[in-house]
Amino acid sequence: MKGWDTVIGLEVHAQLLTDTKAFCPCSSRTGSPPNSNTCPVCLGMPGTLPVLNRRMVDFGIRLGLATGCTVAARSVFARKNYFYPDLPKGYQITQHTEPLCSDGYVDVDVEGEPRRVRVLRIHMEEDAGKTTHDAGRPVSFVDCNRAGVPLLEIVSMPDITSPEMAVSYLKELRLILMYLGICDGSMEEGSFRCDANVSVKPAGDPRLGTRTEVKNLNSFRNIHRALEYEAARQAAVLASGGEVVQETRLWNASLGRTEPMRSKEESDDYRYFPEPDLMPVIVDEAWKESARASMPELPAAVRARFMERYGLSPSDTLVLTASPDLARYFEEGAGLLPEAPKDIANWVMTGVLRVLNEGGGSIASFPVSPDMLAGLVSLVRGGKISGHMAKDVFTEMVSSGRTAGAIVEEKGMSQLSDEERLREIAAGVVRAHPGEAGRYRSGKEGLLGFFVGKLMEETGGKANPKLASRIMKELLNL
Amino acid sequence: MKITDSQVLHVAALARLKLDPEEVKRFRAELNSVLEYMDLLSEVDTDGIEPLHHPFPAGNVFRHEGAEPCRGAREALENAPHREGDLFVVPKVIE
Amino acid sequence: MLETARRYRKNGVSPVREVSGFLERITRDTCNAFVAVDRDGALGAAEEAQKLIEGGSEDHLAGVPLAVKDNICVRGIPATCASKILSTFVPACDATVVERLRKRGAVILGKTNLDEFAMGSTTSTGAFGPTLNPWDPTRTPGGSSGGSAAAVASGLCAGALGSDTGGSIRMPASFCGITGLKPTYGAVSRFGLVAFASSLDQIGPMAPSARDAAVLFEAIRGHDPRDSTSATAAHPPLNLDGLDLRGVRIGVPDEFFGEGLDHEVERSVTFGISTLENLGAQVKRISLPMVRYGVAVYYIVATAEASSNLARYDGVRYGKRAQGVGDLLDLYLETRTQGFGDEVKRRIMLGTYVLSAGYREAYYRKASQVRALMARDFERAFGECDLIAGPATPVTAFGLNEMAGDPLSLYLLDIYTIPANLTGLPALCVPCGFGGEGLPIGMQLMAPAFREDLLLGAGISFQDCTRFHRVKP
Repeated sequence: MKGWDTVIGLEVHAQLLTDTKAFCPCSSRTGSPPNSNTCPVCLGMPGTLPVLNRRMVDFGIRLGLATGCTVAARSVFARKNYFYPDLPKGYQITQHTEPLCSDGYVDVDVEGEPRRVRVLRIHMEEDAGKTTHDAGRPVSFVDCNRAGVPLLEIVSMPDITSPEMAVSYLKELRLILMYLGICDGSMEEGSFRCDANVSVKPAGDPRLGTRTEVKNLNSFRNIHRALEYEAARQAAVLASGGEVVQETRLWNASLGRTEPMRSKEESDDYRYFPEPDLMPVIVDEAWKESARASMPELPAAVRARFMERYGLSPSDTLVLTASPDLARYFEEGAGLLPEAPKDIANWVMTGVLRVLNEGGGSIASFPVSPDMLAGLVSLVRGGKISGHMAKDVFTEMVSSGRTAGAIVEEKGMSQLSDEERLREIAAGVVRAHPGEAGRYRSGKEGLLGFFVGKLMEETGGKANPKLASRIMKELLNL
Repeated sequence: MKITDSQVLHVAALARLKLDPEEVKRFRAELNSVLEYMDLLSEVDTDGIEPLHHPFPAGNVFRHEGAEPCRGAREALENAPHREGDLFVVPKVIE
Repeated sequence: MLETARRYRKNGVSPVREVSGFLERITRDTCNAFVAVDRDGALGAAEEAQKLIEGGSEDHLAGVPLAVKDNICVRGIPATCASKILSTFVPACDATVVERLRKRGAVILGKTNLDEFAMGSTTSTGAFGPTLNPWDPTRTPGGSSGGSAAAVASGLCAGALGSDTGGSIRMPASFCGITGLKPTYGAVSRFGLVAFASSLDQIGPMAPSARDAAVLFEAIRGHDPRDSTSATAAHPPLNLDGLDLRGVRIGVPDEFFGEGLDHEVERSVTFGISTLENLGAQVKRISLPMVRYGVAVYYIVATAEASSNLARYDGVRYGKRAQGVGDLLDLYLETRTQGFGDEVKRRIMLGTYVLSAGYREAYYRKASQVRALMARDFERAFGECDLIAGPATPVTAFGLNEMAGDPLSLYLLDIYTIPANLTGLPALCVPCGFGGEGLPIGMQLMAPAFREDLLLGAGISFQDCTRFHRVKP
C-alpha cells in the first residue's frame, strides 16, 4: 500500500504425525467417533497425570534443526490456565519461558526475490478438543478426541512485509513439515493452522504500530485476502486520524472482512507457571546428531537438485515438489528414464496430477507407478505409439492398473511405423484423390494435412504421424 | 490493605467463583491477613537464587510409543453429567 | 497389621471373619471416620485372601483390612474428596498404590473422611461433616487425613493410606496417637491421588506402629511409569528389626523449639529425643533458618498449584453440575460456587492471586526461591546429621470449633511439617507422650531423600522400648 508499511508475524500450529497423543497413549489419528480416542488422562479426570511422548520431542528437534534454530539443551513445560469446555484440565500444557527451539529462519521466494523470515521460537504443546454447535438449540457439544494431540507452535518474527510474502512463508514452512514427515500439512483438516498478527506504520517509520490478531484463516487464499484486508483497514483507520484497537479479529470469508471477536474472557491472564507434573527435557549433542543424521532432504535442496540435474524450470519444479511423495514419484520415474526427465515431468504434471485433482486420492496410492509411467514414455519415445494414443493408454492404465505394454499389445494399438507398408497405403490414398493431388502439386500445400488425415484414417489412426507426414510429402512431390 | 474488594472480585472471576457482598468482605479480610503474613518473605535475600519447582528434578521422563494401550475410556465417559450419544453437552458456546 | 497377619497363620483366624469383625465395628463408629464402606468388595477380597493364605502365602498383607483416604481413587467406589462437586464421581481405574495393595491380597474396607480436597488441618471442611478425635470427641483428629487417623486409632482398620501435602498425614497421626509417614517426594506414585499441590503431595501409610507402616510403605513405593514425578532411584531395603542407633547423629533444630510450641509438647518430644539418645544416638543442635518462612512459602506455592489443579472441576465431563444454568459462564460459576466449600474457595483465590499478572514475581517466584534456600538448609544439615528430630505439631488436639474464623492461625500449625513437603524429604511421626488431658503427642523425624529405612528403623527401635503407640483411646 502506498505510504504504508505492513508488518506481519505469523503463528503456525502443526499437528504432529505421532501415533499417540502428547501425554497419554490414546491414538492421535483423526476421523474417529466422538470421544473414542480418549482416556482418563486426556479427559482430565481427577488423579490422572501426563507422561511425555518422546516422539513429540524428537519431531520438535527435527523441525528446529531444519529451520536453523538453536535447540535448547534444557526446556520446560508450563501451564496456561483458562476455562473452556474443550480444555479438559482447565489448563493447557505448553511451553512458556523455556521453549524447545529458538532463533531460526525460513528462506522464501517472493515473486522472484529471495527473502528470509526469522523464526522466533518453536515450542511443544497439546491441542484442545473440539466444540461443535447445534444451530437450532442453545447447546454446544464437546468432543475430546483432539484434546492432547501433540502440536508444535512455530512463531515467526514480524519480518513479513506483504500478504504474498506471508503466503510464501507458510507454503515453505508447510513443505518443510511435510518433507520431515512430521505433519501432513492439511489446512482443510486443521492439521496446519495459522493465526496472524498484523500492524501497519507510515512507510519508513521505525516504530511499530498497534497490532491486531487475525484468526480463522483456513486456506492460502483466505490468508492472502484477510491480510490484505486487515492492512488496508488499519491504514484507513490511521489515515483518518483514528487509532487501531488492539484486539482479536476473525476473518469472515463470505463477507470478505475481519470482525472483532466477542471477548471470551475479561482479561486473558493465563497465570503461566512451570508444569509440576512433568520433568524438564534435556537435549544433548547425541540426540541432535542422530536427528541430523536421519534428516531427509529438505524442499529447498530437492528443488535445487531437480533444476540442476533434470534441467527443469522453476515453475515446473515447484509443481513437482508440492509434496514429498510427488517429488519421490517424479524422481523415481526420472531415474528409470534418465534421457528424458522432462517427458516424465510433463506426464506427471499433465497426466498424473490431472487425474488426482479431478478424482482425489493420493500419489502414494496412485494406480500408475513411476515404473509404469516410465514404460509408457518409453513406448512414445521409441515410436511404438503416438503421443495422442498414449493419452488413451494412460487413461486405461489408471483405470485398469495394467502396464502400457500390455494395453498396447492387447488393443493392437502399436503405431504403424513400417515405412514400406505406409508407402503402400499412402500411394493408395493419393490414387484415390487425384483432384486434391493435382491441386497440391499446383501450389496448395495446405492440402498435405488432408492427405495425412486420410492416411491416418486408412490406418485406423495408427500411422506414426511424423512418418506419415514425410511419406505423404514425398509421394505428392513426385 | 493488601487486597481490595475489586481485586477479590477479579480473582474470583478468574477462578470462576461467584461471591455475594458479604462473602467479598469476609474473604477480603481473610486473604488480607494471609497476604500480610507473606510479607515475611521480603526479609529473605533471594538475589541470584534459582527458583525450586521440583524437589528432585530428573530430565527426560518419557513415554515411548506403542508401550501400553489406553485404559478406562468407556468407564470414564460414564461420569458425564450431560451427554448426547458420546458427546459432552454444555450451554452454547459463543465465539 | 503384622498382628493380623500372625493371627491368620498362627491362630487360624480366617480373613473373612476378621474383615467381618472390622466391618461390624465400623457400623458402630461414632467418630465419622469412614465416608464409604465397600462391604461386598471387602468380603470378596477377604475370601480371595483366604485362599492365598491356605495356599501357603507368606505375604504379610494378604487379607489385611485397610482404609483409603477418599482423595485416592478406588475403582468402582466414589472418590468424593469430601467435596460436593465430586459427590457423583466414580473412578474408572484404581490408583497405582491401590493396585499394588490389591495385588498383595490386601482388603480395602472403604474410604475415609478428609478436609475437602485435602485442604485443611481439622477434617471438618468437607461435605460429610467432621471426623471426631477418638481420644476426645469434642476435639479434632487433625487433618486432612483425619478419617484415616481416627480409623487406625479406633481399631476400625489395621492400617490406612493418607496423603500429605503440608502435614496432612503427620498432624493427624500426632493428634490421634498413631504412626504416619510422609515418604520422599516421588517415592510413592501419585497416579490416582486427586491432586492438590502437585510438587508437594505424597501418599503415605498410617498405622498403629512403625513396623506396620514399613510393611505398608514397602508395598506401595516404587517407580510408576504413569507418574512422571515418580523416582527411579532404588530404595534401600527396610529392616523390620529396627535401626542400630549407636552413633546415629540426630539434629535438633532451634527453629522447631521456638515460640508457639506448647509446653507439654516440648516436654514429651524432648523426652522422645532423649530416649533415642539412650539408644546410642548423638544429639546436636542445628539451625534451619528458612523454617521461619515455610508457612508463607507453602501457602503461596501450594495454593498456586491447587488453583490450577482444581480448574478441571467444571461439571462438563464428570462430577456434580449445577442445574438450570443459563449460559456457559453460568455453568462454571454455579457449578463451582455451589460445589466448593469456603476453605477450598479461599485457597483457590489465594493461588489465583499469587499467580496473577503483576503478582507472580513478587509471590510465586519469590516463594520458589525461598523454597530453594530451604532445600539448601536441609542439605547442609544432613551433611552433619543422619536424622532431624522435633515436634510434629506445636499443640495437641484442639476443640472442634476452636480455630474457626481464623485461617491464618490454623495455617501456622503446619510450621514443623511443611519443610518436609517443600524440600521433598521424608518424615515420620511417632507417638511420644500424652498431654495433661490425655491427648497424644507426636515426635517427628526427618531423614535425607529416600532414606525411609533410617526413619522407619529409628521409629521401630523407638517403639520397641516405649509403649506410647500401644495405648488405645
